[in-house]
Amino acid sequence: MTFSDKIKMSGFFAYICFVAASFIFNFNPGKLIGINFYSFSMEMLKLLPCAFILIGLFEVWVKRKTVEKHLGAKSGFRGYLWAVLLAGTTVGGLYVAFPIAYSLHTKGAKLSIIFTYIGASAICRVPMTIFEASFMGIKFSIIRLFASLPLVIVTSMLLGHYLTKRKYKILPGK
Amino acid sequence: MYYLYILTLLALLISVFKSVDKTSKAVKIALKKFINILPAFVSMLILVSIILFLIPDKIILKYLGNNNKIVGIMLASFFGSVTLMPGFIAFPLCGILLKKGVTYMVLSAFSTTLMMVGVLTYPIEKEYFGTRVTILRNIFSFFIAIVVALITGIFFGEIW
Repeated sequence: MTFSDKIKMSGFFAYICFVAASFIFNFNPGKLIGINFYSFSMEMLKLLPCAFILIGLFEVWVKRKTVEKHLGAKSGFRGYLWAVLLAGTTVGGLYVAFPIAYSLHTKGAKLSIIFTYIGASAICRVPMTIFEASFMGIKFSIIRLFASLPLVIVTSMLLGHYLTKRKYKILPGK
Repeated sequence: MYYLYILTLLALLISVFKSVDKTSKAVKIALKKFINILPAFVSMLILVSIILFLIPDKIILKYLGNNNKIVGIMLASFFGSVTLMPGFIAFPLCGILLKKGVTYMVLSAFSTTLMMVGVLTYPIEKEYFGTRVTILRNIFSFFIAIVVALITGIFFGEIW
């Protein structure tokens, strides 16, 4: 266990003790924090097992060649299209997109494509966009989509290009 | 939500049907990856639980009602960046704000930063992509959100 792990562990235990004590002594702020933690954990536990099983199946079944061909260095414009379409069907949010993007990259998807995927899964998930339009109006959603998607793709290209030039390597084994 | 369960179940069934070995390997990979990233998730959840206590919906409602456009955008993108909420909470909140007279431009800054900029998801993003990439991606996303907000403002005639 490294030093920073030890700090994290003690922080974690301090947090648990604080929340537990808050419930025992009826300290409202601490109780609210505990309830926040619980409700967000439940929200994520609904998604994460499915997401990780699908990632596992992806890693086992999908051939590296296939990913490289469609999302790799020579994929061209259609690679970005795939990334956006895939993002549209992603559920959850950034925290689900990160492990998926990571697996895609380890299978040969290029950096600019996975950043496009991450950005697009933040802004153009289909169920979320429909939900958004029902509260904000369809005009708002369309403007937001058409303004943000090109920016996401362009900045992803810039970021991908910059990192490739700097010989960026993704952290292995996550 | 249900379509995710059905999809996962179907994928698993097809996988088992084709090869039991590969399926058990896939489940093992899933479990290993999940356990590896779990500490980062717990860190994020702890941050979320504290930040949501410090910045509850009421505060956001109160401050985004600010009439000054520039201050409005600044505050909106700040709140959007440092908080994290699922869409089913965020958009009803935006709907309420809209009825209260908050401009589309400000709500665009809020919802776009909320979705794209993750200060609270930093522990997870850093685990996968490293600190530098995480910071760069979030800075880029923040500016995208500002530009999108301005474009929204132009289209809704809120700037001129």
